[in-house]
Amino acid sequence: MHLAYPLVVAALLFSVGVYGVLARRNAILVLMSVELMLNAVNLNLVAFDVWLRDRLHGGQVLTLFTIVIAAAEIGLGLAIVLLVYRNRRMIDVDRLRELREDGTAPAPAPEPGTGSRTEEGAVR
Amino acid sequence: MIASTALVILLPFAAAFAGFLFGPRLSRPLRNGPAVLACAPVAAAAVLAAVVAFAVWRTPGARTGTLSMIPTGGVDIAIGLQVDGLAALVGLMVCCVALAVQIYSIAYMAGDPRYSSYAAFVSLFTAAMLLVVYAGDLLLLYVGWEVMGVCSYFLIGHHWEDRANSRAAVKAFLVTRLGDVGFLLGIIVLGVGAGTFEIDGVLGRVGTLPDATVTAAALLLLAGVAGKSAQFPLHTWLPDAMAGPTPISALIHAATMVAAGIYVVARLYPAFLAAPAALTVLGLLAVISMVGAALAALAQDDLKRVLAYSTVSQLAVMAAGLAVGADTGAVFHLLTHGAFKALLFLAAGCVITVAGSNMLRDYGGLRQNMPLTFWSMTIGLAALAGVPPASGWLSKDAVIEGAQHTALHGGEIPGAAAWIVYLGLLATVALTAAYAMRAWLMTFFGEPRGSYEIREAPPLMSWPVAALAVPAAVLGFFGLGAAELRPHVGAALIGLVFLLLGGGAAFLVWNRDPALDPARVLGPARPAFARAFYVDEAYAYAVAAPIRALARRVVAFDTRGIDALAVGAARGTRRLSGPLRIPQNGNPQTYLTGLLAGVVIITAGVVIFL
Repeated sequence: MHLAYPLVVAALLFSVGVYGVLARRNAILVLMSVELMLNAVNLNLVAFDVWLRDRLHGGQVLTLFTIVIAAAEIGLGLAIVLLVYRNRRMIDVDRLRELREDGTAPAPAPEPGTGSRTEEGAVR
Repeated sequence: MIASTALVILLPFAAAFAGFLFGPRLSRPLRNGPAVLACAPVAAAAVLAAVVAFAVWRTPGARTGTLSMIPTGGVDIAIGLQVDGLAALVGLMVCCVALAVQIYSIAYMAGDPRYSSYAAFVSLFTAAMLLVVYAGDLLLLYVGWEVMGVCSYFLIGHHWEDRANSRAAVKAFLVTRLGDVGFLLGIIVLGVGAGTFEIDGVLGRVGTLPDATVTAAALLLLAGVAGKSAQFPLHTWLPDAMAGPTPISALIHAATMVAAGIYVVARLYPAFLAAPAALTVLGLLAVISMVGAALAALAQDDLKRVLAYSTVSQLAVMAAGLAVGADTGAVFHLLTHGAFKALLFLAAGCVITVAGSNMLRDYGGLRQNMPLTFWSMTIGLAALAGVPPASGWLSKDAVIEGAQHTALHGGEIPGAAAWIVYLGLLATVALTAAYAMRAWLMTFFGEPRGSYEIREAPPLMSWPVAALAVPAAVLGFFGLGAAELRPHVGAALIGLVFLLLGGGAAFLVWNRDPALDPARVLGPARPAFARAFYVDEAYAYAVAAPIRALARRVVAFDTRGIDALAVGAARGTRRLSGPLRIPQNGNPQTYLTGLLAGVVIITAGVVIFL
């Protein structure tokens, strides 16, 4: 099989993932996009493994590792999202800005300085 | 011999060390633990000092012993002691007075929560003075000298809860320290010039040193002597040091601290003899101190301050004796003064304890019910004024005769200076008699002016006083053994005339109305005398005020100049950093976009350019 097909698919998958991570607001969708990127890499690993005819099948083994680690990572990520949701009743990534520098909030920011402690969702 | 001398120093030192270490815990096994720890070593030291003095008396001559030399790279420092007749006598006097003070303090400081540290400091003070007395090396002497300074600070400020007391302690410390700077420099000049710090070696080589060196060293040493012995212009700390407990005043005024200055001059006398300019300065300062302090004593309302100014005056008499070449007489006066001034202060402590006041106007008529104190104080004041045959008469007379001899026949210092010293001494005799008479009459005679019950002080206080009265009365006769100390009819008669003049005048004024203060005849001059000629105020105006103004300027420069620079730099940096903070908006997706853009740019750069 030609190497180009899986690579193009992987590139498309990765691009979709990047777009999701950068543009989606919902934290779960961001996590899903991360998964897409990981799987694009997995696809590359498997494709190159086959293409290179690696006797030890290092690419496939690494893929398995990646899947396991991705599962663990997504579990952790979902747990964090769950906690965030319990605390704030929303999981919009671009509104979780507790760690910003003071004074760089968007225009309708409340009083700078105290804003870091208030619940952004409640203020808006 | 040297070993027992070392023990004389080490016993009080060990007592002080143990006192600091165990403190009030000692009173648990033994009710009077701290008191025993304070008194027993000093008593043992006194016995040893007596043994040493006896041995020196039997076979005169200096004995030296060196434990080790401290190599310094330059002039080595010897850890050694030296005992000669002078050191042995003064050491014995120090031990006896310290013992009396320690015993007296048991009763005087009873109930004081910090008694154990107080007693330990007294022991340390004694040890330091003994180190000064017996030191065989100038720098070792300086060690004792400085330890005394710090002990005086702690003891004067013993009741530091009162702000005035701690201020007096700081004043005493700073003023004596001012002199000590000169003293240390003098020691270094002398030691480096002579190539050794050992006193024997230094004195042996004084003759070979250049005149300028000796004069500079002697003048620098005089600064320290003026500071420690409270001579003009560094005398102001001594009257304020009355803030300390009365036994401390006795210790400072009689045995330690102020005696150290005169002792050092006597010890290094050959160096001073080689520098007549320094002796002249010493004599003139002494005249100012003795007459000024005697006038100030005449107008004081506080019994302890009367005694304090009398100390300044009497120390100046010793300094004058040293200046005119009557060194034996001066040292003799140092010894008798140690006895009678300790007696006077301890007796004054009895009076203060009974009357509950320091003020002369609250006393009166104390002689009936306080016979022991009355007779002791009478002896003490007689010795202070120089009434024959009390000890002070013989010793002061020796000094006056020395001054007269130098004035008439010439000596180390110029004739005019000698005449000034001589006349100053005679004036001081009259003034001393007057203020001693005034204090005596106002305290013990007339009608009682207070509302307290007049009774004798506790035995632990009155007995040391009575014991000190004996040497204060008869110590003078020991001087008859030395030819230069024997009184001669002519000089003694002149002194007596002035004595009667001063004492008689005070008595006549008092006799007109015993209820009033005889000092009233001073009239408008009285406030000036009472404030000791506004020397404190002059210092405040001439020294303290400019320094404060300068300090304010420095503070202003610091806040407006240096601080503003640092704060401004920080503020500028923050302002510059403002644009860099804008991207930190807390949105992770923005960060990730930046990250991705960076990766793309780097990759593109690598691909394109490599």
